[in-house]
Amino acid sequence: MAAEALKILGKVKAKAGGLVLRPWGSAPGRAAGSRALWTIVHKELGDHFTSFRFYIMFLLIGITCVAAVYTAAMTIRGTVAALPELDFVFLWLFTTSGNELPPFTSFIGFLAPLLGIALGFDAINHEQNRGTLSFVLAQPVHRDALINGKFLAALLTISLLLAALYLLIGGLGLVLIGVPPLTEEVLRIFFYLLLTMVYVAFWLSVAVLCSILFRQPATSALACIGLWLFFNIFYPLLAGLLTNALVPLAADATTLEQLRHQQLQTVLLRFSPTTLYFEASGMLLAPYQRVLGPVLREQLEGAIHGALPFGQSLALIWPHFVGLFALTLAVFAVSYVIFMRREIRAF
Amino acid sequence: MEKERVIVTENLSKRYGDFTAVHNLSLEIGRGEIFGLLGPNGAGKTTTILMLLGLTEPTGGRVEVLGFDPTREPLQVKSAVGYLPERVGFYDHLTGKENLLYLAALNNLSKEEATARMERLGAQVGLSEALERKVGEYSHGMRQRLGLASCLLKSPSVIILDEPTIGIDPKGTRELLELITSLKETGMTVLLSSHLLQQVQQICDRVAIFVRGRVVAEGPIETLGRQVMADQPFVIEVQCLEGNGRLQEYLPGLDGIDACEEVEGKLLLTCSEDKRVEIAAAVYRLGLSLMHLRLRGYDLEDIYQKYFKEA
Repeated sequence: MAAEALKILGKVKAKAGGLVLRPWGSAPGRAAGSRALWTIVHKELGDHFTSFRFYIMFLLIGITCVAAVYTAAMTIRGTVAALPELDFVFLWLFTTSGNELPPFTSFIGFLAPLLGIALGFDAINHEQNRGTLSFVLAQPVHRDALINGKFLAALLTISLLLAALYLLIGGLGLVLIGVPPLTEEVLRIFFYLLLTMVYVAFWLSVAVLCSILFRQPATSALACIGLWLFFNIFYPLLAGLLTNALVPLAADATTLEQLRHQQLQTVLLRFSPTTLYFEASGMLLAPYQRVLGPVLREQLEGAIHGALPFGQSLALIWPHFVGLFALTLAVFAVSYVIFMRREIRAF
Repeated sequence: MEKERVIVTENLSKRYGDFTAVHNLSLEIGRGEIFGLLGPNGAGKTTTILMLLGLTEPTGGRVEVLGFDPTREPLQVKSAVGYLPERVGFYDHLTGKENLLYLAALNNLSKEEATARMERLGAQVGLSEALERKVGEYSHGMRQRLGLASCLLKSPSVIILDEPTIGIDPKGTRELLELITSLKETGMTVLLSSHLLQQVQQICDRVAIFVRGRVVAEGPIETLGRQVMADQPFVIEVQCLEGNGRLQEYLPGLDGIDACEEVEGKLLLTCSEDKRVEIAAAVYRLGLSLMHLRLRGYDLEDIYQKYFKEA
């Protein structure tokens, strides 16, 4: 799917360049174009880091996440002695919590998309409404430089913010529970961070698409938030309803029927990027989890108790990773196609 | 045309669904000319400009700016063409200087070069001190000046100005027009779009009158009248100090004068040819004092009225 998206992207480029055989245009044009890209990224970064929007998001996510990790650390300190398994304590910081607050993973999974939406929902339409779009595009700048530059700058901002947050939490965890992370834990957390970045990139590309589709930033923001609510709250309900309709479960359903029911629900749920993200992050942070979805008794028979090595956990969620990445690219490609052929009026 | 052609369009068309915004437009603009696109709002002027810059794709025909196709080689076109849109947009949270610096960076100018040019341009458009202030605090006229400065920053060989004087006071307008005229001396080609007849008449070398996507007349202002009114009879207005009564009795007897009627104190004579000399002589012979004598239909104003009424 990713390869296909890339192919589409290539085709679009070729189209945008007219009938020129070299899809990136002539050599001097290319050099000028890439310099313009970094000029745009530079300016956008400056705008993001001085915007209130950025600080509000940082405070919102930072405070909730630190609170979640703090209660998690308190719980770990209280119960760690009573637990039979003592490995991967550091990962618990992210996955457990006290009774008052949901764990860090839930918070991040729920709030991080908002970060992508906040930085992308008015990327293009705001420029168009204040007339700066034609101001920039009347300069020797490829159109893709603008859209790529905006996307890259927002992605960089988000990545920096998330990396800072994860490091902060790591440091806080060290102080609070006093157990240093194993190399494997560091690796798992790093990939969890990467996964979160890809997930936020998906929401960013959705937001950029909305900013191209809708003229009013408010409409665009509402559309993004609507989609976010849909995937976080309504889609799981919808998938459940649909499964019940397609494979109704009687009170005396056989195991096979139950299994089919469960499998269908899993398949339906995995159409949602939110499901992909939560399944994958769960797998990365819980080394003892071996299977996604229902576990059959036969599968447990003869199984050796123990954690999965990191490579195996990663192998299990690799399709999720690729799927999320491909979705991001696909949405971005759609924005690209629409924006490339769009007429740029000054008002 | 012996001059180098800077902008060429051939049968250029743009359709939006059933609506034709620009219809088979063929223009040639030579180097160093000030060319006016004159037409009412919605005539297709802005659409034409967008096609010249590659900001929208033509549905048919061919465009060439400085020898490049704006759709296929937009960078080459845009690095040599300055464009001032009708409603120019700047980043309000940045100062005028920062806006221009961003623009210069997009044009691959070094910071030193950009600063030097900016100082020169700031003085030229009368914005020197204001450049340090945020654009959000600018008046409309100042924004327009900044817009012109941003056009000139890349040292273009062509500038395209879309309704540049809208919303500016008369003094500002005069200064702007003087500035545009002075650009001509540096060999710059100027394409000016406007619905204001006077301004176009004042500064343009050649004019194309644009109505509903079609050019109805094109050429130097002096010849435009004859071109448009080619098949029309001559209408001459005449008025005397002592009243037009005697003249009205006398004139219809002259050869070539087909009709004569009095409208709002003026005699309107429909003639088969230009009879102004004969009419003046007749007034003299009758011992009257001539107040007004004008050949109608040869002024840009008449043409403008005629076509704009249709539009």
